[in-house]
Amino acid sequence: MLRFALTRLSLVVPTFIGITLLVFVLIRLIPGDPIETMAGEHGIDPARLAQLRAEYGLDQPVLVQYGLYLSRMAHGDLGRSIATHEPVISEFRTLFPATIELSVCAILFAVCLGLPAGIIAAVRRNSIFDHGVMGLSLTGYSMPIFWWGLLLILLFSVQLGWTPVSGRIAVQYFIEPVTGFLLIDALLDGDFGAFRSALSHLVLPMIVLGTVPLAVIARMTRSAMLEVLGEDYIRTARAKGLPRFRVIAIHALRNALIPVVTVIGLQVGVLFTGAILTETIFSWPGVGKWLIEGINRRDYPVLQGGTLLIGAIVMIVNLLVDVTYGLINPRIRYTR
Amino acid sequence: MDRSILLAAVCASALVVASAASAKTLVFCSEGSPENFYPGVNTTGTSFDGNEPIYNRIVEFERGGTQVVPGLAEKWTISPDGTTYTFNLRKGVKWHSTSKSFKPTRDFNADDVIFSIERQWKEDNPYFKVTSPNHSYFGDMGMPKLLKSVEKVDDYTIKVTLNQPEAPFLADLAMPFAAIQSKEYADAMLKAGTPEKIDQDPIGTGPFYLVQYQKDAVIRYKAFPAFWGGKAKIDDLVYAITPDASVRWAKLQKGECDVMPYPNPADIETIKKDPNVTVLEQPGLNVGYLAFQTQKKPFDDVRVRKAISMAIDKKAIIDAVYLSTGIAAKNPIPPSMWSYNDDVKDDPYDPAAAKKLLADAGFPNGFETDLWAMPVQRPYNPNAKRIAELMQADLAKIGVKAEIKSFEWGEYRKRLQAGEHQMGMFGWTGDNGDPDNFLHTLLGCDSAQSAGSNIAKFCYKPFDDLVVKAKTVSDQAERAKLYAQAQVIFKEQAPWFTIAHAVQLKPINKRVVDFKLSPFGRHNFYGVDVRE
Repeated sequence: MLRFALTRLSLVVPTFIGITLLVFVLIRLIPGDPIETMAGEHGIDPARLAQLRAEYGLDQPVLVQYGLYLSRMAHGDLGRSIATHEPVISEFRTLFPATIELSVCAILFAVCLGLPAGIIAAVRRNSIFDHGVMGLSLTGYSMPIFWWGLLLILLFSVQLGWTPVSGRIAVQYFIEPVTGFLLIDALLDGDFGAFRSALSHLVLPMIVLGTVPLAVIARMTRSAMLEVLGEDYIRTARAKGLPRFRVIAIHALRNALIPVVTVIGLQVGVLFTGAILTETIFSWPGVGKWLIEGINRRDYPVLQGGTLLIGAIVMIVNLLVDVTYGLINPRIRYTR
Repeated sequence: MDRSILLAAVCASALVVASAASAKTLVFCSEGSPENFYPGVNTTGTSFDGNEPIYNRIVEFERGGTQVVPGLAEKWTISPDGTTYTFNLRKGVKWHSTSKSFKPTRDFNADDVIFSIERQWKEDNPYFKVTSPNHSYFGDMGMPKLLKSVEKVDDYTIKVTLNQPEAPFLADLAMPFAAIQSKEYADAMLKAGTPEKIDQDPIGTGPFYLVQYQKDAVIRYKAFPAFWGGKAKIDDLVYAITPDASVRWAKLQKGECDVMPYPNPADIETIKKDPNVTVLEQPGLNVGYLAFQTQKKPFDDVRVRKAISMAIDKKAIIDAVYLSTGIAAKNPIPPSMWSYNDDVKDDPYDPAAAKKLLADAGFPNGFETDLWAMPVQRPYNPNAKRIAELMQADLAKIGVKAEIKSFEWGEYRKRLQAGEHQMGMFGWTGDNGDPDNFLHTLLGCDSAQSAGSNIAKFCYKPFDDLVVKAKTVSDQAERAKLYAQAQVIFKEQAPWFTIAHAVQLKPINKRVVDFKLSPFGRHNFYGVDVRE
């Protein structure tokens, strides 16, 4: 197990370097210069442009810039944002908890609904419930996030008034960030009103961000369960007279979970992509929105640092998923 | 004894509840986060809005207008030759005492003004590079070349000497970049080794002090009770950062915010029908235009420029692209600006006359040209590519074949300023409310050189003489006459086809009282009240 984890970890290093190179080159291929983009209609005097480019190290050959970037990164320095002049790492640290809070809730929402829906659809194959779940999950999967978000806001916030429109908490609550996770900070503060407000602000973005993973998980659970339910050992278990619940929950589900867990792991990447749009619609102060602004401003340090950190997190999650396989199915050996 | 303690506790709680209940809060759904809390290096209106409550300048723009009024300077005198400005500073102005790492020990004085200017001007100032060395607006307004010296006469008097007379200088000092920061705070932070703190945990002399900033989420301010102009009418000011226009509108509808900027043009009709919302509107200090490269054939011929101007259906463009958010432009300056010449007649839409004019200029069968369109939406132009298509169709009717071209935004501007185009769309948003900022900056000979802002490369002596002279005259009435004449020459020479002035639309909740639209598009909440 340990050897497997170490082997997987050693693969992480070249992937990590690959990400740095890819991001570094790709963002420089986007036309536009960060200093010129900031200049707007005024333009910028060529002498001042040269001075500022030198200030940010943009006048160096790309390879030298990459080398400097790697060496600074090795010292834990991801540079400063060209637009805000704040260290990238501190901006990331401020914004990331909001993305994590939203993503964790979205994935919990997706798993809690998707898994049972998939199981029931498989068990009651070709029933109305099955067709309903599959139809809805296809619709959910195809729903553009922007449109879906606005639709929910119009219905639940504006028409019915059940949920707040956007943001993380109502303006009257003043919670000093401790962990950055507002639900936890509100509880630490002992302010239950703030906790309720934070929770109610989380509902719609959680649904919007969780919809695609929910659809994928439901469909994957259904097909994995159908495959397993046709296996000989399930027939044997049934023939032995085991209760139906036990056959489904223990014998079938546990074996069907492997592809489902893989899919859940892969959804982490999908969540970060979805977070970019969801955060913009719901004014959610996370890293997705920050990266979009970084692209618009050609803010190289933000894009390099942000993508790298998110890439690292996705890699770690995938590593954890690999490790989880063993916990679910002991037949998977890690020694080779 | 116990009873008296209980009574005191009940009274105290009642007071807290009462004060909390009576606190007046105004929520502004701002469109984004400020870059930081130092306006000297800010480049966006969003950042200026974030800093507006905190800082003052020595002179200010009047609320809702472009007139320059006293700020931290009570009064000033200008020498007869227009090169020396003496400012008498206000006494007893308090600094916010809300920074976590510094408590001010003295009031605002001349040292603060000199520090705030030198920080942007002198490269050997220890704060020149703190946060950023890119003092964009200080450079854009020509300060490094203009300033000769800034001297302290005494604690409450400063003397600024210019290298040449510059009538818009006062208006420049009222711009956000000229915000006054505390030298005492700066010195203390330099000593502590954390100079950047003054731009992150800011203190100012403004009507509100910063309480909390959470990037992309919220900025909270509280009214500063010791503000020199008197305490603000509202107690709490909250910027709820909401980047999406439709969501801002949903929040306004639900009462989650009181003022929203930049509504979707498509939502305006619905917004106007809401009984709880008022939509304030005013033509902004901007202009969108199509510039002819007057140093290139065939646009060096005024008849060709006039013909093109008469061949394009301006009304159709405004109806189709600007919807209710633009008004037709006939002058290069917007109607809300002093010296606007309303007597100027716009070129009529007349394709037949345009064709005849083109034939007179030697192009009976038209010609081929390029037509540049911005790749991005700008405040003065919601969709340049769509406008280019409409123009292309109109021009085809008089035999002019226009090929639409576009580049990445930074590249686009650079190439236009280098004069690579024949016809190119561009625009401008006023910086200081002075006509010089349009007529000289965009159409004077000085800026017609390569990389200058005059993308028509228009250098016409009778026009240039007027706008250059207007820079040296301090009397506004006399300047207005010069600019009015300049606008007549502009129309005769037609270096631009003026498209439109975008209208600033601001939906506000009806409980908001006395909110005034800033011609600069800024948001100033001092003097604004909310009904309970």
